[in-house]
Amino acid sequence: MMILSGSPPRGRALQALIVVVVLALALAPFLFPGAKPLNVAAKVCIYVLLGASYDLLLGYAGMVSFAHVMFFGVGSYGVGLALYGLGPSWGAAALGLAAALGVSTVLALAIGLLSLRVQAIFFTMVTLAVSYAFGVLASQLDWLTGGEDGRSFRVPEALQPGFKLINGEAFGVALNGRLVSYYLVFAACAALFLALLRVVNSPFGRVLEAIRENPLRAEALGYRIVFHRTLATCLAAAGATAAGALNALWLRYVGPDTALAGSIQIAVLVVVVIGGMGTLYGAVLGAALFVVAQNYLQALLGALSTGAADAGLPLLTGVFHPDRWLLWLGLLFVLAVYFAPAGLVGALRSKDEAAQ
Amino acid sequence: MTASDFGAALPRPRRDFLPVLAPLIVAAIAAPFIGSASSFLTLTAAGVAMGMMIFTMASGLTLAFGMMDVLNFGHGAFISLGAYVAALVFAPLASWAQADSWPLNLALLALALAAAVIVCGLFGLVFERLVIVPVYGQHLKQILATIGGSIVAEQLLYALFGPDVIALAPPASFRGSFLIGDAAIEKYRVVATLVGLVVFVGLTLALNRTKIGLLIRAGVQDREMVEALGYRIDRLFVGVFMAGAALAGIGGVLWALYRQQVHASMGGELLVLCFIVIIIGGLGSVGGCFIGAILVALIDNYAGFLAPKLALVANIGLMVGVLLWRPRGLYPVGGR
Repeated sequence: MMILSGSPPRGRALQALIVVVVLALALAPFLFPGAKPLNVAAKVCIYVLLGASYDLLLGYAGMVSFAHVMFFGVGSYGVGLALYGLGPSWGAAALGLAAALGVSTVLALAIGLLSLRVQAIFFTMVTLAVSYAFGVLASQLDWLTGGEDGRSFRVPEALQPGFKLINGEAFGVALNGRLVSYYLVFAACAALFLALLRVVNSPFGRVLEAIRENPLRAEALGYRIVFHRTLATCLAAAGATAAGALNALWLRYVGPDTALAGSIQIAVLVVVVIGGMGTLYGAVLGAALFVVAQNYLQALLGALSTGAADAGLPLLTGVFHPDRWLLWLGLLFVLAVYFAPAGLVGALRSKDEAAQ
Repeated sequence: MTASDFGAALPRPRRDFLPVLAPLIVAAIAAPFIGSASSFLTLTAAGVAMGMMIFTMASGLTLAFGMMDVLNFGHGAFISLGAYVAALVFAPLASWAQADSWPLNLALLALALAAAVIVCGLFGLVFERLVIVPVYGQHLKQILATIGGSIVAEQLLYALFGPDVIALAPPASFRGSFLIGDAAIEKYRVVATLVGLVVFVGLTLALNRTKIGLLIRAGVQDREMVEALGYRIDRLFVGVFMAGAALAGIGGVLWALYRQQVHASMGGELLVLCFIVIIIGGLGSVGGCFIGAILVALIDNYAGFLAPKLALVANIGLMVGVLLWRPRGLYPVGGR
């Protein structure tokens, strides 16, 4: 229990599901061979980290941020541009990550100190404005970022697909650089998830929850609200930056669509709210569900759409169009906010508790 | 306290004129960098027109927050909806738009504005009942619910009208420019400024000269006190919310004709500017919202001319500067 910081997922159904997801991710290259399933698995890992770091803000500190995707983008661009400019070495990747962490921390500090002095609602609006401006800036500074086209770059040799760890295969899977990359992503995400679990179960995490529940009382007890909230912002930003760096390493490409799109921010919100706010484990379930839904829901919608077109219902054709998958997730999101504020995790727990 | 004190007038609040000067200061600072007087005049006119449009969109947002602490992240959907309504009104009446007679052109614009007011007002009512009522008073849930509502609304617009940009030209007699010396001032910008001015004067009069306006202002200052005096502020709020949605619709029509195109993503982009404006102005303050809108639009135009890539960043800088000067915005309201 040490490794889980004394806070394992409560409830038998929840535990079973978490174990299934984690095992599936850990053995993904062997269970689901092929390029696409491995991509899906890596994306789930990255979204778990992204969602968990967002949950620190949303679930524990009770603050809605629109800048999470910006920090994700800072991490992606930091590593991506460093590898692009300095060549494929581990040193360049480390330098890029360090620079990105520095930029993220400064931005998070500035946003927090500026907007949290008065009212938490300022924070939400300021993050939206800053994040939007950052996105526009990143696509306009094309001499640096490659603009809308982004930058493709070479990763360190051990991560390149041509790299052979050992000649030969294990369980029918080639031990190449893609496998190394995947396990790098998996291990880093798992380690950082456990670190975040440590943070939310520390005295600092408890103070964040106290501030969320009753800011006046927490302040009366002597906890500095602005300090705690700003620190939470910085920690969440660091988590998102790391997720972004891993994303860039995995994709070997960085661009506005993969690093700064507004849809990533919406995806993170959906992951955390549907998974369950304030439970970190919700991010695991939410990410798995979201990425799988994103990859397979569109196929379902496409089938429904052609069905509606055949039946001569033009409005339904539009609503079921594969590009409208966000509409359905949005509806699910609103319903989750109203009826299941604890998300999937809450639903699984209460069922289990009712059974006992 | 003596008896005579009761008859004495209340002490008048000290008028705070410093923020009013801010747009003038910004203009004065920008002028030498821009150099030519005619470009400066063109940019300033463009900035004022843009400011009036943004004010129209943002005023409902700031009032709704002032009264009920409701910050609607779905406000952008009202703006987009207004733009689509304009496209729908203009499509069958293309001959009115092409006709070179300003009464017909003006009638078309008025028709589009009226349609946007009705459609967006009704949509605002539906949005308020469906999305906001279930989460009254719960800040976090309210933000999340309105974000979800805006996602759904935007996707529905895509589903209804298709994902492509729709071109929309202003009526014939509003195209082209007036020439004042060397400075070209687009006719449509003058029209937009006038419409925005009518909205501003109407809103100011409604808030300051009517009973309902008095109640709204009182509600922004102290909701519980107004309730204690026996007024149903929740019903009043529904009206304010609908009016805010209708104003956003007007802003959407004006903006669509200004940019000559309609797309569902424009609401979200404008919402960012609206937020900057109401933060600068002070949440809940209509006067602050007006000055904030003019400031943001002026800086957007000046910066767009001097360093096109930094226009939005310049506005973030403006917001930072204002928040450092006055952490609650230019005109802080009540206890916020």
